[in-house]
Amino acid sequence: MSWLSSSSIGRKVVMSVTGTCLVLFLLFHASMNIVAIFDSINGTEGYEAICEFLGANWYALVGTVGLGFLVCVHIVYAFILNAQNYRARGQERYAIPGRQKEVEWASLNMLVLGIIVVLGLGLHLFNFWAKMQLPEILGYYPESGTELIEYTFSQWYFVVAYIIWLAALWFHLTHGIWSAMHTFGWNNNIWMKRWKCIANIASTIIILMFACVVLYFFGSSCACCA
Amino acid sequence: MDKNINITVKVWRQAGPKAKGAFETYKLQNISQGSSFLEMLDVLNEQLVNKERKEPIAFDHDCREGICGMCSLYINGHPHGPDTAVTTCQLHMRRFNDGDTITIEPWRSHAFPVIKDLVVDRRAYDKIMQAGGYVSVNTGCGVDANAIPISKIAADEAMDAASCIGCGACAAACKNGSAMLFVAAKVSQLALLPQGKIEAARRAKAMLGKMDELGFGNCTNTGACAAECPKSVSLSNIARLNREFICAKLGD
Repeated sequence: MSWLSSSSIGRKVVMSVTGTCLVLFLLFHASMNIVAIFDSINGTEGYEAICEFLGANWYALVGTVGLGFLVCVHIVYAFILNAQNYRARGQERYAIPGRQKEVEWASLNMLVLGIIVVLGLGLHLFNFWAKMQLPEILGYYPESGTELIEYTFSQWYFVVAYIIWLAALWFHLTHGIWSAMHTFGWNNNIWMKRWKCIANIASTIIILMFACVVLYFFGSSCACCA
Repeated sequence: MDKNINITVKVWRQAGPKAKGAFETYKLQNISQGSSFLEMLDVLNEQLVNKERKEPIAFDHDCREGICGMCSLYINGHPHGPDTAVTTCQLHMRRFNDGDTITIEPWRSHAFPVIKDLVVDRRAYDKIMQAGGYVSVNTGCGVDANAIPISKIAADEAMDAASCIGCGACAAACKNGSAMLFVAAKVSQLALLPQGKIEAARRAKAMLGKMDELGFGNCTNTGACAAECPKSVSLSNIARLNREFICAKLGD
């Protein structure tokens, strides 16, 4: 399996496999977050039950380590690919860099978008994971997930940061999803438009699910203050 | 209605592969909009040699009818200029207006080093073809054209892929310096046909391996290559190359 690191298509396959797994995780995470809104409306405690289920149990720890591995591989390969591509461009650059209307803006800026996503991930881990799963792993009592959501998204600067993060993630996914399918070879002239449409729909659904939690709890905090 | 225009041309001049290059600016008067872009460069060279006693600008050209793949030139930010689906030799001066400044650069890619001025060394594409872009079965004497049934769809797609003239615009347009569209077209034109299927796995591995070895970049599916291709070779050929390569590697 050395071709996964020694050939250009192999390296792209690794990016596509890890990226697809991370998209599936995002879908799971976004679905889980939505429960917090239902809890707030209905007065139930479903989100706390999910947090307890995904605490420091062995399957949650295996999942966390697996996710961390996928993220690391995706990032390391991204930098390797970009460094190789930078060299391949040659030393002299075009005086007038062209822009084709058919080329998506996101496809040209995947590294920058990815860096914003990683920075947002760092903030998110600090805000939630470091106060929920990490203390439980270390033997301490975790903080309430619902209370953390309510506190974090009552602060306007966190709301702005999360919206920027989610916007960058949306652009990253709109290219990443169809590009992964293309790299697997599951594409042709007919499916090209379909995959791009599916990528846009899937990205929008995932990001809206995340964003509505942020905006709902920010709106709730504003209503409480008013 | 075509008319005569006055233009300013900024051209990349470089004495040799190791020499340091720079842009030089020239004024041209009364250029017919009915002339081709290469004819405009011919006029400029005549002006440089006869009036200014300077070295003419070196640029690649041959058939001047869009089929040989020799002409190149990165014109105002686009390989083969601002027109779509044409080569530089098919580009006409009516695409430009009186008073325009036209910037002409050579292909920029690590694998296409500049030889002189606007001429780049594109032998890297020949090396990729030599690695596997052929069918090595014993063809014997000529057989009847319909002896091997080929579906209309496959024949059309193979023909579209075979329209690639190997000019290098794909690698020149790609921000990653990748030659994937060229390799994909050359793999597809044979992989789609029964005669090419026999060596499909070896071909995909050998040609991609050579592309990587020559220093071309990794494809990130931006689509700039297909957008700038003078023969409109489709991006879906890259998906076919990916499929052929992955299946070949998994079959090892």
